[in-house]
Amino acid sequence: MSNGTTASPGLPAKPANRSKDATVSSVVEASSLVQGPNNIIAPTEMLGSQAIVRSLEELGVKDVFGLPGGAIMPTYDSLMDSTKINHILVRHEQGSGHAAQGYAMVTGEVGVCIATSGPGATNLVTSIADAHMDSVPMVAITGQVHSAFIGSDAFQEADIVGITMPITKHSFLVTKAEDIPRILASAFHIAATGRPGPVLVDITKDAQQSKMMFSWPPKIDLPGYKTVVRGHNKQVREAAKLIAASSRPVFYVGGGVIKAHAAAELKEFAELVGAPVVTTLQARGAFPDSHELHVGMPGMHGAVSAVTALQQSDLLITLGARFDDRVTGVLHTFAPNAKVIHADIDPAEISKNRTADIPIVGSVKEIIPELTEACRTRFTEGGAPDLSAWWNTIGRLRETYPIGFTPTQDGLSAPQHVIQRIGELTGPEAVYVAGVGQHQMWAAQFIKYERPASWLNSGGLGTMGYSVPAAMGAKVGNPDRVVWAIDGDGCFQMTNQELATCVINNIPIKVAIINNSSLGMVRQWQTLFYNSRYSNTDLNTGAGTARVPDFVKLADAYGCVGLRCERDEDIDATIQQALAINDRPVVIDFVVSRDSMVWPMVPTGVSNDLIQIARGMTPEWEEED
Amino acid sequence: MARHTLSVLVEDVPGVLTRVASLFARRAFNIHSLAVGPTEISGISRITVVVDAEGDLLEQVTKQLNKLINVIKIVELMPEASVQRDHILVKVRADAATRLQVTQAADLFRASVVDVSTDSLIIEATGNAEKIHALLAVLEPFGIREIVQAGTLAVGRGSKSMSDRALRSVSA
Repeated sequence: MSNGTTASPGLPAKPANRSKDATVSSVVEASSLVQGPNNIIAPTEMLGSQAIVRSLEELGVKDVFGLPGGAIMPTYDSLMDSTKINHILVRHEQGSGHAAQGYAMVTGEVGVCIATSGPGATNLVTSIADAHMDSVPMVAITGQVHSAFIGSDAFQEADIVGITMPITKHSFLVTKAEDIPRILASAFHIAATGRPGPVLVDITKDAQQSKMMFSWPPKIDLPGYKTVVRGHNKQVREAAKLIAASSRPVFYVGGGVIKAHAAAELKEFAELVGAPVVTTLQARGAFPDSHELHVGMPGMHGAVSAVTALQQSDLLITLGARFDDRVTGVLHTFAPNAKVIHADIDPAEISKNRTADIPIVGSVKEIIPELTEACRTRFTEGGAPDLSAWWNTIGRLRETYPIGFTPTQDGLSAPQHVIQRIGELTGPEAVYVAGVGQHQMWAAQFIKYERPASWLNSGGLGTMGYSVPAAMGAKVGNPDRVVWAIDGDGCFQMTNQELATCVINNIPIKVAIINNSSLGMVRQWQTLFYNSRYSNTDLNTGAGTARVPDFVKLADAYGCVGLRCERDEDIDATIQQALAINDRPVVIDFVVSRDSMVWPMVPTGVSNDLIQIARGMTPEWEEED
Repeated sequence: MARHTLSVLVEDVPGVLTRVASLFARRAFNIHSLAVGPTEISGISRITVVVDAEGDLLEQVTKQLNKLINVIKIVELMPEASVQRDHILVKVRADAATRLQVTQAADLFRASVVDVSTDSLIIEATGNAEKIHALLAVLEPFGIREIVQAGTLAVGRGSKSMSDRALRSVSA
């Protein structure tokens, strides 16, 4: 194995105006918190709706996703005059939210979605919750009924600030036009800094219609918002001491490393220590899969080598990860002999699930180089830890139990093989966006990720339907990259209306429907835990069924290229054909076996030590040394 | 479960109480008492919240509270290092025969009678939780018609002010 291919750095590292020097950003001079070029604009009279558009322009927003309706119409009228903002009209508000997420993930900038009041806003709820769980920087702008009608059950009124309170990083209700620039600048600042997340800005119709004096930059005043960026020196030194003294350390790398644009820093740190690296579902690509230190994805469907590395470790070097239940299994049995170094920008994550021995609050972008230096100093003085015995164990597991799959029994293609070939034929420069379910796990397992932000999925909330709209947003953000939506036949039917958006706006994504004609992950659980009683998981889209809908015809109806692949020998040619089409979206109906299952698997409710590599099969463990 | 008193400085903006209260609700904490009011600094309110919670869980909720954008600072006030006061209005049955006994009982607790009618009195009392509890026990035999109680107010002893450091950036 090599030290990782030279895939291009994933993100045009543009961390949104994070302050480098101050540990507490709210103490920094207020105007510097405003994102964008900070042009000076003298007071100019305009409408609130024009102020919304102008504020977005001054904040550097280039693309927004949305759908108009009554309460947001003034803003859409003003948007029509903007030459700087490209608005993409979606077909469902949920799609605008996921598109904004996909856009944010690949660009590192704040994604923006716009919807009207009431149902427009409630349709955004799923994507807002998704962005909240996966810490995606996003600003959702919603219209609200006239301030005089709030609370009266007016037409299309919903208390969206109330509804989204537990699923946003913050939310604002704007009833006065003059507040618009300050609140939008604050929303972008909150969304992009610290632990990123979605911010909702609900703006009443009268605030949009009123005259106000616009000036820029506004003053952001958030006395309760503090973001610690740099790690505590003493904690960093303590961490280095633990690392030097450990014999079975593991880098437990989470999505925070990608959010912080710290992949390069991580590589340097990992190579210095020489310990195994595991990348969680949200961190796939934060460290190159091809790197000799990488031992796989941990968790419920993780590699035996990664799961075992964590279980047998004596020191978890946890970077931007949150000890999610899908990683830990039964919490008190997780990595029972390990001490924990936990670096995270969100203090509330530290010791939430697993008590940290060395908590380090701050951005991993700052902390990792600090840790690297501290370790270098300590290794120079007392030598680096000898990890050869540890690597004997983990290396053996990695070779003995690689991620693999068994041939199908029913003559249909193996879904894992389809996904693997998509990855191999397209390569690490592409962006892969999954829905949720079996195909998501296979895409995480069988595609090789070499760079950050090449893998997008709904990890925390597990939102079926994420793939197509998020891929659309990713393609708008990275138009020069190939963007694959790896979707399931169930997921695809939840949000495929955005194919219309893709066709009309020339967003040529490629959709691979891994069509096993069922809600596959639920079916897998029914097979394993419910005596093969398949309650309501049959979707009738695949081989030998009525094929409702016919995905090829559906693609055709939307003006996409629709392809169907039903035989192993056609897989490569079909993928090549899709890769050659760049003027339209392509939808491929990969008809696959419904009996393929995701392995390895740690069943819920048991320790990760009981990982199964196939049904009823556990790895053979070496005696503990 | 131990009882904890938290003082929370917040921006005085719509919805802030909902945000704070819902965080306790999400973790299924029962809020024993709650008091909100303005402070010496305009635009800043102070919430005093008394909850029953295990230490670890409380620490997690405190961290979550700190993440709320409108929350400026949180301190836990220990009983021995703070002054904590409850405030109560009690409507108690008292006719010509019992009125004197009731007012004497109120006097013993340095409570005041703030309303009189032919068959009832309203008594206002301030004090720590134990004192209020004792007063109610004494009044109970006469017949308590209504109790209205404000949330516990609490402030740390000594010259230090909770808002000193936290609000430096606000006034700047």
